[in-house]
Amino acid sequence: MSAPPSAAPSASAVQQSSPGLAAAPAKPTRPLSGITSDALVRHLYVHLPFCAHRCGYCDFVTVVGRRGQHTAYVDGLLTELELEGELLAPELETIFLGGGTPTFTEPHELGRLLTALPVAAEVTVEANPETVTPALAALLRSSGVDRVSLGAQTFQPELLGVLDRVAGPDDVRRSFYHLRDAGFDNISLDLIYGIPRQRPSDLDADIEEALALRPEHLSCYELEAKPGTRFTYAYGEELRRQAEAMEGYFECVVETLARAGYRWYETANFCRAAEADAGRRDLRSRHNLAYWRGRDYVGLGIGAVSTVRGQRWRTTPRLGLYLAALGEGRRPPRELEPLPDSVQREERVMLGLRLDEPLPVAAVAASLDVDALARLERLGLAEWVPLGEPQHARGGLTLTPRGRLLGDAVTADLLA
Amino acid sequence: MDLERIRNFSIIAHIDHGKSTLADRILELTKTVSGRDMRAQVLDTMELERERGITIKAQAVRVNWKGNELNLIDTPGHVDFTYEVSRSLQACEGAVLVVDAAQGVEAQTVANAYLAIENNLEIVPVVNKIDLPQADPDAAAAELAELVGGKPEDVLRISAKTGEGVAEVLDAIVERIPPPSGLVSAAAPPRALVFDSSYDQYRGVVAFVRMVDGAFAAGEPLRAMAQGTRFEAEEVGFFSPTMKAAETLGAGEVGYVITGLKDVSRLRVGDTLTSERSPAAEPLPGYKDVKPMVFAGLFPTDSDDYPALRDALERLKLNDAALFYEPETSQALGFGFRCGFLGLLHMEIVRERLEREFDLDLLVTAPNVAYRVLERNGEWLEVHNPAEMPRELDAVEEPYVRASIIVPKDYVGPVMELNNDRRGRFDHMEYLSPERVLLAYELPLGEIVLDYYDQLKSRTRGYASFDYDVAGFREGELARVDILIGDEPVDALSMIVHRDAAYSRGKALVERLRKEIPRQYFDVAVQAAIGSRVIARETVKAKRKDVLAKCYGGDISRKRKLLEKQKAGKRRMKQVGAVEVPQEAFLAVLNLNEGSKK
Repeated sequence: MSAPPSAAPSASAVQQSSPGLAAAPAKPTRPLSGITSDALVRHLYVHLPFCAHRCGYCDFVTVVGRRGQHTAYVDGLLTELELEGELLAPELETIFLGGGTPTFTEPHELGRLLTALPVAAEVTVEANPETVTPALAALLRSSGVDRVSLGAQTFQPELLGVLDRVAGPDDVRRSFYHLRDAGFDNISLDLIYGIPRQRPSDLDADIEEALALRPEHLSCYELEAKPGTRFTYAYGEELRRQAEAMEGYFECVVETLARAGYRWYETANFCRAAEADAGRRDLRSRHNLAYWRGRDYVGLGIGAVSTVRGQRWRTTPRLGLYLAALGEGRRPPRELEPLPDSVQREERVMLGLRLDEPLPVAAVAASLDVDALARLERLGLAEWVPLGEPQHARGGLTLTPRGRLLGDAVTADLLA
Repeated sequence: MDLERIRNFSIIAHIDHGKSTLADRILELTKTVSGRDMRAQVLDTMELERERGITIKAQAVRVNWKGNELNLIDTPGHVDFTYEVSRSLQACEGAVLVVDAAQGVEAQTVANAYLAIENNLEIVPVVNKIDLPQADPDAAAAELAELVGGKPEDVLRISAKTGEGVAEVLDAIVERIPPPSGLVSAAAPPRALVFDSSYDQYRGVVAFVRMVDGAFAAGEPLRAMAQGTRFEAEEVGFFSPTMKAAETLGAGEVGYVITGLKDVSRLRVGDTLTSERSPAAEPLPGYKDVKPMVFAGLFPTDSDDYPALRDALERLKLNDAALFYEPETSQALGFGFRCGFLGLLHMEIVRERLEREFDLDLLVTAPNVAYRVLERNGEWLEVHNPAEMPRELDAVEEPYVRASIIVPKDYVGPVMELNNDRRGRFDHMEYLSPERVLLAYELPLGEIVLDYYDQLKSRTRGYASFDYDVAGFREGELARVDILIGDEPVDALSMIVHRDAAYSRGKALVERLRKEIPRQYFDVAVQAAIGSRVIARETVKAKRKDVLAKCYGGDISRKRKLLEKQKAGKRRMKQVGAVEVPQEAFLAVLNLNEGSKK
């Protein structure tokens, strides 16, 4: 068994290089059956922060422009990969390249990165429509990428404007076909609703336009007013009103997509149901399922989060610090967060109940409030499901569709 | 001490008109307190008193001025403590009546002046704060002369802050206030008026007394004539300004008696102390039992604090005989106490002391008044809690007050309108000056316990001053309105209102509750009812969506923190049936008019 990721050498490096970041002492966490596993990590996230510009609603770690630094950044990622290599299984289940705008990265550098990453059964790249050319699509395909998540957000030109998006509706459609042409048979579209000035009819139209492209997967997010963004400053009050006015609207989204043959497998995510797919494939995002099932994952790049064996850490969001450390072959500064068993159990419940599959209760039973559970069952918000496997003798817990729409409140009740 | 050389006096004033500052200056000028020991406002010893600038417990201090012994008896400045004020005044022959040169006569000034006049006191009128730029000493002096029936030129003009004119006040006290009269002979049966008391952890109840006849010596067996309590005077003495033991306390003097009693309720303010060896035949006149008129439920926010709240109330009661409490159980708020107070300020002070001195987190229900109910069986019942009001009854009586309101003449209309809304009965109106008017009304106390004062202030741009005293019980057309949340009656929200106002108050309350109660997993009906008749109904719609859309690897910690917040929020809720109700909702009655009249 290898050392935990926060073992002494890296922890001391943290303290030296970043006095401002809290460095918790490395504490070996007792592996808990069903919660923590000491197996090698099989899920890798890679953050590519570069963007052509910053959208007003975005609070991700992004770096605008800086084309000159793409090479150095990819070098940094590859050094970091080497340093964390001992945590990773030789063959991975999933890799996810997120951003930023991964497809804004210099194509040559993107290609170099993809080629150097370990082999994985699912490799997803996030893309912005305006960056997807036939050449880029071909590059992705030939570099082992088999899934693309396309940030469409909306098909209404004026609403794209509100969001500061560069792409127009035609760019979305064009990029989608470029990807199909390059051989991608697993494409996801992101949609955002609750945009200031958006009317219910706009959202109907967005769903219709999205379905017309027959994507394998859809993510539908309510626009959040994240603190500190330009957007919240400009539209905070309007967003709150929108959220109220469109409160019932997500139900309609779920119904419409279900009718169109999509499976609502996670709170905000839909995939074409296996029965509706020619290849009878399970089209859920395997990478994201790993988060929701409480698996360990390693994140590379600035601002990236890793969770491994009861420890979570977040790499510095500052590009300069990141590059400087890795340039010298050291781990970049990180913020450490130990996850005691009770916290791990809470997160398992919080994340597991977002899914349409039952959460095996045995491992989290200690954190559940049985009275609250009985009340939620009576209200038709939660259900017991027999799991039929001997190790899950106590069965599984799942939320009803209405329970899932009220998931945050239900989870708070269950864990109270 | 020769009676001719003793003067007993009080300083009476409206809040903030400078009573305590004047007392401080007197202590300094007479060298009772050295400059080094001088803390601002020495007489106000409780932390809360100093902070709020009001005097809660009367105290007495002896000072010497040009060979005379002057006893300054401090009085509480607020109407809730009228009874204590009047006991303090009974211990004096004169009063210094202080008015702010910028504010003029206020309602409290009038009430206190009348009290002093009723007690046959010689009044020394003083206009204070003449150093203020906005001061108008002539106008204030004219109002004051009008009020006490004197000449404006007899009104002293001072600045307690700078000390200007304070010596003249002391001279006027000696010249104008008569010396005490009484039976000086040591053989005379002694009588002393208890005008206040305090509780000392080690020495028990300390009685503050004015010797009227004869003398007390340390070690003498004494008796409180009205209550019959017997004890031995462990020590007698006077304040200068701290306690100084003396061999005897003689006729005309003001001082203290340490009783060793362990319970302040065994020695009530207003009682007469006499000697067991040669008891007086008659007590001094005027003793009455003060009864609380305003009631509210006090509940600990955290039910684990119940024993701590009980202990704290016990300790406050040691020093505050007027405070009443009894255990109360509310299905919504759990275990707490129903407490009775002299008035609103008294309630506010008790609550603040509980929170500050005892570090308790409290939920205080909307206050209500005491009701007298004639039951079907012909018996009278006193009800302190709307939830206990019988639904079957023959008659209800509620307390009324005599209220005086002083306003600039332009605001007479709005004040009359407010008083009419509150079932007030106009008594009379008089001009204190060409600009300022005194309005005398009779009002049900129940109509002023909630937000009357705030309303009065907002309708007169803060110019009105207001004072009241309880006039007695009168029959009223009252109805008990119950509130049901999700079909469960909520005792803590029941209210007793005039029949004519029942519908509008019930409606306003359910509307307010609809806003206060967060949306739940199901629709929640909020209803107001008189008996089984529903008079208003609102629905808190079930929530349809409560989930954060996005949650990936980098969002988990943030999401978990939001969840912790949501959990903490739920823990603060009280369960009414299946409905989670925030504690704030139980206070909705308190600010029913908020929003509707802004």
